[in-house]
Amino acid sequence: MDAIILQILNGLDKGSAYALIALGLTLIFGTLGVVNFAHGALFMIGAFCAVTVQRILSISFETVDPTKTDFLGNPSKISTPYVEHWFGPEFGATIIDWSVPIAILFAIPIMILIGFVMERGLIKHFYKRPHADQILVTFGLAIVLQEVIKYYYGANPIQTGAPMVFRGSFDFGTLLGFDPNVIIYPYWRLVYFGFAALIIGAVFAFLQFTTFGMVVRAGMADRETVGLLGINIDKRFTIMFGLAAAVAGLAGVMYAPINAPNYHMGMDFLVLSFVVVVVGGMGSLPGAVLAGFLLGILESFASMTQVIDLIPGINQIIIYVVAIVVLLTRPRGLMGRKGVMEE
Amino acid sequence: MGILEVKDVNKRFGGLQALGNVNLSVADNTVHAIIGPNGAGKSTLLNCLVGKLIPDTGSVMFDGQSVLGRKPYEINQMGISRVFQTPEIFGDLTVMENMMIPCLARRDGSFRMHALASVFSEKALRARAEEMLAEVKMLDKRDMHAASMSRGDKRRLEMAMCLVQEPRLLLLDEPTAGMARADTNNTIDLLKDIKARGNITMCIIEHDMHVVFSLADRITVLAQGTPLVEDTPANIKGHPKVREAYLGESA
Amino acid sequence: MFGLDKKDTTLLLIVAVLTMFAPFILNPFPAGSGMAQFNAGYPDLMQRFVIFGIFAIGFNILFGLTGYLSFGHAAFLGVGSYSAVWMFKLLSMNVIPAIILSVIVAGVFALIIGFVSLRRSGIYFSILTLAFAQMSFALAYSVLTPITNGETGLQLSLSDPRILGTSVSADGGIPVTSLFGIEMRSTAEMQLGPWLFQFNAGYYLCAVLMLVAFYLAIRIFRSPFGLMLRAVKSNQQRMNYTGLNARPYTLAAFVISGMYAGLAGGLLASMDPLAGAERMQWTASGEVVLMTILGGAGTLIGPVLGAGFIKYFENIFSKINDNVLHSWFAFMPDGLEDLMVTIVHPFVGKGWSLTLGLMFMAVVIFLPGGLVEGGQKIGKMFRRKKAVDGTPSAAKTPAE
Repeated sequence: MDAIILQILNGLDKGSAYALIALGLTLIFGTLGVVNFAHGALFMIGAFCAVTVQRILSISFETVDPTKTDFLGNPSKISTPYVEHWFGPEFGATIIDWSVPIAILFAIPIMILIGFVMERGLIKHFYKRPHADQILVTFGLAIVLQEVIKYYYGANPIQTGAPMVFRGSFDFGTLLGFDPNVIIYPYWRLVYFGFAALIIGAVFAFLQFTTFGMVVRAGMADRETVGLLGINIDKRFTIMFGLAAAVAGLAGVMYAPINAPNYHMGMDFLVLSFVVVVVGGMGSLPGAVLAGFLLGILESFASMTQVIDLIPGINQIIIYVVAIVVLLTRPRGLMGRKGVMEE
Repeated sequence: MGILEVKDVNKRFGGLQALGNVNLSVADNTVHAIIGPNGAGKSTLLNCLVGKLIPDTGSVMFDGQSVLGRKPYEINQMGISRVFQTPEIFGDLTVMENMMIPCLARRDGSFRMHALASVFSEKALRARAEEMLAEVKMLDKRDMHAASMSRGDKRRLEMAMCLVQEPRLLLLDEPTAGMARADTNNTIDLLKDIKARGNITMCIIEHDMHVVFSLADRITVLAQGTPLVEDTPANIKGHPKVREAYLGESA
Repeated sequence: MFGLDKKDTTLLLIVAVLTMFAPFILNPFPAGSGMAQFNAGYPDLMQRFVIFGIFAIGFNILFGLTGYLSFGHAAFLGVGSYSAVWMFKLLSMNVIPAIILSVIVAGVFALIIGFVSLRRSGIYFSILTLAFAQMSFALAYSVLTPITNGETGLQLSLSDPRILGTSVSADGGIPVTSLFGIEMRSTAEMQLGPWLFQFNAGYYLCAVLMLVAFYLAIRIFRSPFGLMLRAVKSNQQRMNYTGLNARPYTLAAFVISGMYAGLAGGLLASMDPLAGAERMQWTASGEVVLMTILGGAGTLIGPVLGAGFIKYFENIFSKINDNVLHSWFAFMPDGLEDLMVTIVHPFVGKGWSLTLGLMFMAVVIFLPGGLVEGGQKIGKMFRRKKAVDGTPSAAKTPAE
């Protein structure tokens, strides 16, 4: 029992990331009809937003402390981050410590801007082209974005810490009446799950309760008819693209402390997120979220030693196996609408 | 016993009864038209004949064999060809290549790994294809890309592709829909020629009464998924039930 | 000739002449000269040209003819490489059995994956093939380590139980791959003035096999089977109602292209007997897609051109470093020179992938028909000009 709860918890954070990326993917596919292979790169860029903000906040100047000398006998230099200088050492240190949550504020406008540029500059011209062309051009874009990041940040993963208060683990088991230290779960992952739930809720509320969202939903159902109503659907779809980019970016920002960002994390997540979208049902938002969590949890169950002993390597391929079975038996996915891209 | 026998066919889509107890018998070497107002179930019926839909109940027999549960390509191999409402041709290929495909399908069946032969050395089939193209007056367009032709030409090419297979039964789904008068008349002439050659049965779904009355030997009127009457064109013209179905006039 | 019409025979002969004389053609600059870095006439690179040419020719039979975009073809290449290396380990260092096995194994593998993937079309097909390839990649890295040797990659060792041959060569090293005694690495050199030309046995084996592969591809393109594959791409509905079953045709195309990939993988291993899982990664699958569309999907010569183009620039770009750049821009004033070097730097050396990605986008955006179509357009432009210059009336004749 405790093992099961532990695996469900372990699956939540990866599932959250899958769900957030898949949500954006299916939003773009549903509204624009575009298969975006560069969506993983947006997730990666988000993670590097966190890295960048942490670096910017840590920019320091050096002062010479005449009272101390280093081992060579020279006066030792002390580097002080500007934020500590400006806001006082304590508050400044707190700011640096909280750089990942702060990065969210920066990431939102940046990601929306990137989304706009991408849609207006590139994707727009591919609405009428075949899916194969869309796949290829966004695949190329993904490579470019990834290589640009690699050029500036190097090939190695960059550790990006969560705020001090969230660095420990939470003994979940004691809460449920298990022995201590049976079910322990890092705080930050809990934060990540809560954050993902919040974003997902916000996106759904936005689509459900605003006029804008209503138009977008109508557009997902039947693009041509909505266009005929004289509503400028293109402009709204550009905004949708920005929104999807922001969702992927935020997923990346918050994921940075869980998995040190590297330039190929986008590609790694993209393939799996596509699988998630397909399993959930192309163009179905609830399907993407459901499938994201489901597959995340399934993956963590498959990583249990008992399971691996039984079927070696299953943890590596479980998601693909599920996808293949779903595609063959129920091509429209778990929650896909009938007739949408079933072939 | 007709070449095509439809017995007690029912088809439901959710709550909608698309076809209700359809019985139809198409006699050999005749032109049989199926007419009816929009939503009468004409296309559903046609799709049941070619294997695209499977009826809920009933039977569809072609030449004494059931077509139910067979795939469209199997039904074609039995001798049924179909002309679509919007011409379905191989747009990326040339007219001649379009013609060679049905010729090869007729000779080699639904699949044959002919990977090292050459299409150009299939002399007999090429001659056959050219003969057919000449018959529909398209021989001069043989090297054109099919997609770049006019709609009338596409329609004629599609018919030529069907006819070159020498089908026993040719199904036509509104063959003149969206055509200008001149093209419609050309199509009627073409279909008359085909009929005159003999040894072919045609089943036409059509809105245009001019086409129907110029060609049909017998007419079935379909309304709300059920056949109302089946008779000769002369008798159908003044039939009160038909007037009612079409014009909403009470008898 | 060879059952081809005149145009195709000419094409085949041109390709044959080009590949046979490649050591000369690709080495236009004297050794030691400043331009020698642009030479491509050395064995290792020439081998890659023709091997990836084979890979792309095969991929084109599937993608170019049927329009089914597979994103997992690198898996077949990888499987071919593993099979070949195992053949070297267990049976003999002769490349023939290794190549035969790699083609067969890749074919069987393609049959299984194709049978499942081809139940769907369009983007679902792409994702299914991608999923299968990633699965193979993940398995090769983890559970299948006994077969694939995991991250290290599969290599020959001194303790290989070679049935028809020796575990250790006479000089105490690992035996080398050969074709009935002709070592694949053996290279004849010809010094001609300042030029140095290299004729490598392995290259010529690969080149001959590529010619065979190319010839078979031409035959397939011109065959009734090839026509049916084009019909699949053009209109599956009409195909169905013409009495043709599209699935076995596409499956056959999938298996054939998988076998081509297996052949390419087997040859890679025959030239350099090692195999790693990274050959199966999806970026590798993406590369063959790019080769094919860059050259021109659906054309005969396109994929070969695309493969050569990409492998050449990969090689050249990867070699360029800042020193080379400085020497290029040396004629400029110092400030401008540094600026140019800074601008170009991200795209060369390790930045080759960036250039590749940009090329990918540029081709899809500006040249969807690939180099062949681009060439045809330019050719047409010139011809039209000529017609206008020569006989003004010719331009008035209606276009066909």
